[in-house]
Amino acid sequence: MTVQTEVTGFRGIWGQLRRNKMGIVGLVMLLLAIGMAIFAPWLAPYDPKAPVKITIDDIYAPPSAEHLLGTDDAGKDVLSNFIFGSRVSLTVGFFASFIAIAIGGTIGIIAGFYGGRVENGLMRVTDIMLVIPDLPLAVVLVALTRPSLWNIIFVIGILGWTGTARLVRSQSLSVKERKFVLRAKAIGGGNLYIIRRHILPLVLPLMVANTVLVISLAILNESTLSFLGLSDPTTLSWGQMLNFAFTRGAMSAGAWWALVPPGFGIVWVVLGCTLLGHGLEQILNPRLETHHLAVGKQMVSRSSQEGA
Amino acid sequence: MTRVGKSTTRGPSQQIDEISSKTLWQANVLLDVRELSVDFVSEDQSPAHAVEKVSFILREGEMLGIVGESGCGKTTLMLSLMRLLPAAGRIVNGQILFMGQDLLDLSESQMGDVRWKGISMIFQGAMNALNPVRTIGDQIAEGIKRHQLVRSKEWLDERVEELLELVGISANRKNQYPHQYSGGMRQRAMIAMALACNPQVVIADEPTTALDVMIQAQILELLDNLRHQLGLSVILVTHDLGVVAEVCDSVLVMYGGVTAEYADVDTTFNKPEHPYTQQLLGAFPDLSNPKSKLVAIPGYPPRLNDLPPGCRFEPRCQHAFDRCSQEKPVLHQLGSFHEVSCHLVENR
Repeated sequence: MTVQTEVTGFRGIWGQLRRNKMGIVGLVMLLLAIGMAIFAPWLAPYDPKAPVKITIDDIYAPPSAEHLLGTDDAGKDVLSNFIFGSRVSLTVGFFASFIAIAIGGTIGIIAGFYGGRVENGLMRVTDIMLVIPDLPLAVVLVALTRPSLWNIIFVIGILGWTGTARLVRSQSLSVKERKFVLRAKAIGGGNLYIIRRHILPLVLPLMVANTVLVISLAILNESTLSFLGLSDPTTLSWGQMLNFAFTRGAMSAGAWWALVPPGFGIVWVVLGCTLLGHGLEQILNPRLETHHLAVGKQMVSRSSQEGA
Repeated sequence: MTRVGKSTTRGPSQQIDEISSKTLWQANVLLDVRELSVDFVSEDQSPAHAVEKVSFILREGEMLGIVGESGCGKTTLMLSLMRLLPAAGRIVNGQILFMGQDLLDLSESQMGDVRWKGISMIFQGAMNALNPVRTIGDQIAEGIKRHQLVRSKEWLDERVEELLELVGISANRKNQYPHQYSGGMRQRAMIAMALACNPQVVIADEPTTALDVMIQAQILELLDNLRHQLGLSVILVTHDLGVVAEVCDSVLVMYGGVTAEYADVDTTFNKPEHPYTQQLLGAFPDLSNPKSKLVAIPGYPPRLNDLPPGCRFEPRCQHAFDRCSQEKPVLHQLGSFHEVSCHLVENR
């Protein structure tokens, strides 16, 4: 049954996205980052895992023809590290936000739609999760479990759903009171049917917009955890790069090239997500498509002859 | 519960063009509502008796008008026919016999089969009753899909187009969204939607609210035509007595959750017996006598959790006497089809 909307869906979304500058810019930024992650072995001039023989001059060497972005504390090529680091950051961002959105969306819709005790129970859990400071808990959880990439994804995922849950709940609360839900009941639809066909489509744009925020949050969280030295030391993420640069004297050495690229990478991906998310929201919410209340000069568009 | 779908092949010409009033009163009874009472419960207050012991019948091909002020229980009554009351609503008494089957005996899933296929509803305020993010065609198809009437994808497309054409919307607009429709078109789309599963009974809950007079007239004409064309039975809930006089066969006047008067349309308009009906008619402009004054009914409808002990209309009634404030009037039968709940008509 869901097929029908998707048939017109993806083509239509793409057609409209092409005309949406903000969305296109975001998409291009994100695609560049993803492309970089996928083709890392071909793009990177050096293999970051390969052992290198270095002299004292190779440590924090400034950018040169040989090393476009200089070298880090271990004499490794920063550009290669940066390119490979995108893999980890993006993986964590996407998977963790997927977990968070799935948990938050489910809890939010169930709480909002069923109401009563169900809602009370779920929302109190959410409140508890919300008031626990994320970072210390994440630190504790990661420290308790083995610091691996998947553990970090999992921890960020299960700590990041609260905002989504509250947002989705409030939206489904208002949607379920709408008349068309009553109409769907009058048609004979059951609760699951109504959630799937009437509540979800109206909550989805919000979730998409939220996914964007959560992706960027997850990437930031991962960077934070890595920066604090809690990530798997064998995986190299942007946060990890920052951590190494920070703890191993890049600042005092004046090696800005070790700090700026990972920071720039994080900002790039987060910004790309945000732009794409807003673009998608404009498309997925059909009521934003035609601006009934759009006010602007183009509204008066009589030909010049008429005016004269 | 037997399947209540109708499998007639429909062509406008094969159907009875005009159901003459004589045969109408002998037609089969589709819906027989007996002494239906609905309460709204709340934790800290006594239950509000939104509807109390309302009975009416709906015959095949009949159009029944239900009139009354806002808050007199019209919509509550209609929603309880489909068992779609809000969470606080309780049907505390009565029977709803739909083709002989008491709907209140059915399980929720059986009831789900009756909804839309047996009894469907045109909601008031079409903009709110349409999902803004799904196309009109998709939403019309919804009911057909729910009741597994779909034969093939092409058939479904054709059926949706046919339904749209039936209500005067060109079929190529089926992939548009509700906000691309005008108010009148949305209401038409709602009607198309209500007809999707060939229901026997269509409840039209104030279908013309928030529409201008021209569109109102068009919508009502459409409803009336469709009724004759498809042999529908329609319950029309409205404030507008003019509309009732025009298209309805019988009228149920409600006041404060009870039946005030229930009769055929001629009797209601020419020989109303209940003071409320009389005053309601008096509150309507008379075009043939432009100098006549409009008379308002003083006061407000009663609060449903604080009802007067006697007749509910007593505080506002010009003809009230002692007994009215103490004793609830029962429904008196006057003639074959005229019921009035008023002490005044007792000795007639």
